[in-house]
Amino acid sequence: MDAMALLLAATLNAGTVLAFAALGLLINERAGIVNLGAEGIMLVAAVAGFATAVHTGNDWMALTAGAAAGALLAAVFGLLVIWLNTNQYATGLALSLFGSGFSAFVGIRFTQEKLGERSHYDIPVLSDIPFIGPALFRQHPMVYVAIALTVALAWFLYRSRAGLVLRAVGESPESAHALGYPVRRIRLIAVMVGGALCGISGAYISVVYTPLWVEGMVAGKGWIALALTTFATWRPSRVLLGAYLFGGVTMLQFHLQGEGVQISSQMLTMLPYLATIAVLVLISRNATWIRVNMPASLGKPFSPGG
Amino acid sequence: MTRLSKRLLLKTAGCSTLAALTMLVGCSKKDEAPAAAPTAPTTAAKPEPLKIAFAYVGPVGDGGWTYAHDNGRKAVEKEFGDKVVTSFVEKVPEAADAERVFRDMIGQGNKLIFGTTFGYMEPMLKVATDAKDVKFEHATGYKTADNMRTYDSRTYEGAYLAGVVAGGMTKTNVLGVVGSIPIPEVIRNINSFTLGAQSVNTKVRTKVVWVNEWFNPPKETEAAQSMINGGADVLMQNTDSSAVLQTAEKAGKYAFGWDSDMSAFAGKAHLASCIADWGNYYKKAIKDVMDGTWKTERTVWGVKEGQNNLVKMSDAVPEDIKKKIDEIKAGMKAGTFEVFTGPVVDNTGKERLAKDAKADQEWKDKIDFYVKGVEGKIPAAK
Repeated sequence: MDAMALLLAATLNAGTVLAFAALGLLINERAGIVNLGAEGIMLVAAVAGFATAVHTGNDWMALTAGAAAGALLAAVFGLLVIWLNTNQYATGLALSLFGSGFSAFVGIRFTQEKLGERSHYDIPVLSDIPFIGPALFRQHPMVYVAIALTVALAWFLYRSRAGLVLRAVGESPESAHALGYPVRRIRLIAVMVGGALCGISGAYISVVYTPLWVEGMVAGKGWIALALTTFATWRPSRVLLGAYLFGGVTMLQFHLQGEGVQISSQMLTMLPYLATIAVLVLISRNATWIRVNMPASLGKPFSPGG
Repeated sequence: MTRLSKRLLLKTAGCSTLAALTMLVGCSKKDEAPAAAPTAPTTAAKPEPLKIAFAYVGPVGDGGWTYAHDNGRKAVEKEFGDKVVTSFVEKVPEAADAERVFRDMIGQGNKLIFGTTFGYMEPMLKVATDAKDVKFEHATGYKTADNMRTYDSRTYEGAYLAGVVAGGMTKTNVLGVVGSIPIPEVIRNINSFTLGAQSVNTKVRTKVVWVNEWFNPPKETEAAQSMINGGADVLMQNTDSSAVLQTAEKAGKYAFGWDSDMSAFAGKAHLASCIADWGNYYKKAIKDVMDGTWKTERTVWGVKEGQNNLVKMSDAVPEDIKKKIDEIKAGMKAGTFEVFTGPVVDNTGKERLAKDAKADQEWKDKIDFYVKGVEGKIPAAK
């Protein structure tokens, strides 16, 4: 029973990494922009966060630095694809490759660094409840922030005027433009907020999740987050559940191995992508099967005609 | 934006570009020849320095495997001074690119080339047949040629010593190993670690989780965490980063450093580090070339030759265990202590080595089972 509680706790932790990045990408995609550069952004943010943590010793500063680095890179991406109308997919891929190279380059001198004592978090009273306590209430605060963010984002997208505008920009930028909304600026803000969230995810990996820096340490989590937005059919709550599901699959695989059960880990690495393809197939076969939320203008460039 | 701030911005941008460029130049210059090497030919009798190149699989900053090899290279420079010129190429993939790197090294006039990972075996062999005047040294492989030989270390001796410590420290009697790739070398280490623990604590069980990579810190973290969740309180790893050690630190458990001294990464969790010191072998190999005594052979060194060791033992380790470690080390140094001495029984109960028999090299090369006390089955590797 205790092992199950700890497995659950580890799943929440692993899911949080994916949730932040995927929620960020969800905001991007709701505004009609696909950012394939998530992996690169997360790597640069990871090294920025780690460097900050080494120098200041403060995890919150580190997460902020990660967010700033993510927003900055995303802004560059945004300027390219929104104003210069470069191909979103190609630009995103370039950003991803650039990010992995750049982070490795600036991170050389941080590979031997270590962070100070890691703090433990216990919510008083609640963390002493048997089973539920160790499973849910001994997590890093960011685990709860991710849940709060999901709720906030759902409210924003479906209940607020600004969210409606954002969705309009993703569905039909021409109409939004005709109504007088600054489509390109809104898209840029969405891209930067999305980049900041990917950045938080990257810094969380290098500062909290695996407190060290080595090049390439994000190890594909950015791509899983990208797959996740599609898998979750662009709904915040499903993104969070999907993140826990994907996080849980990895943890469960190691857990089973430790118990002596044989499962091929290569097989499980494929699962998230396999699930994503399955969802894509379902969407294209019959749009009404799932409540489809795919933004109609996803990945399409927009220029406010002259 | 005002004109002033624009200019400032431009200036800053210019400066940072310059700085980045300088850094780039600084980093790409990897020939670390001693400064005094090729001066004017005043001492005409002085022989040309021997040019030596190293190909590494990882970055020198990995803090583990490649870092240890590069320390070996530095030891060589210190030993031979201006009689040698060493250079290295890091992050050479275990693929077709390796061959190109080796040919490049030959083109630069290197006469002795070290390849420090198993995957360089085939490309190195191919290049060796073309460049007869260059000597090749390949780590952890088994194929040789007239001008190519292999060297290896008995990492399992370090693992055994770590096991003794682990057996003395565990409270739950459950140990955990994060395995990289299920090849004989790694399986040997897991078995050796378990046998070491059992020598002081018969109740010990070992859990194994494979991540199927040499280097993937988040995965190593997850694997370590899952074993801690399963009750393991002393961890060991055969992967290249310090992630497992740091996970143990976070969870208040114990773990070991691997390949390099990792005591700096975790103050409380670090019990000891199993290190490999490649410098001694590199010195010998270079001396062989200089003396003209180089010949094809297979060298496997361990604690006896100063190649492997268990260092930086934590104060938390009880005295009787420390004493036991000293005894075993003395036995290994004298050549009287062999880790795999019969009876060795696998975890299905089958006897793999008869009572009092000592395992030979071939037996150790082909090990494909877990010893009694290790849980589970080896994943479908041949």
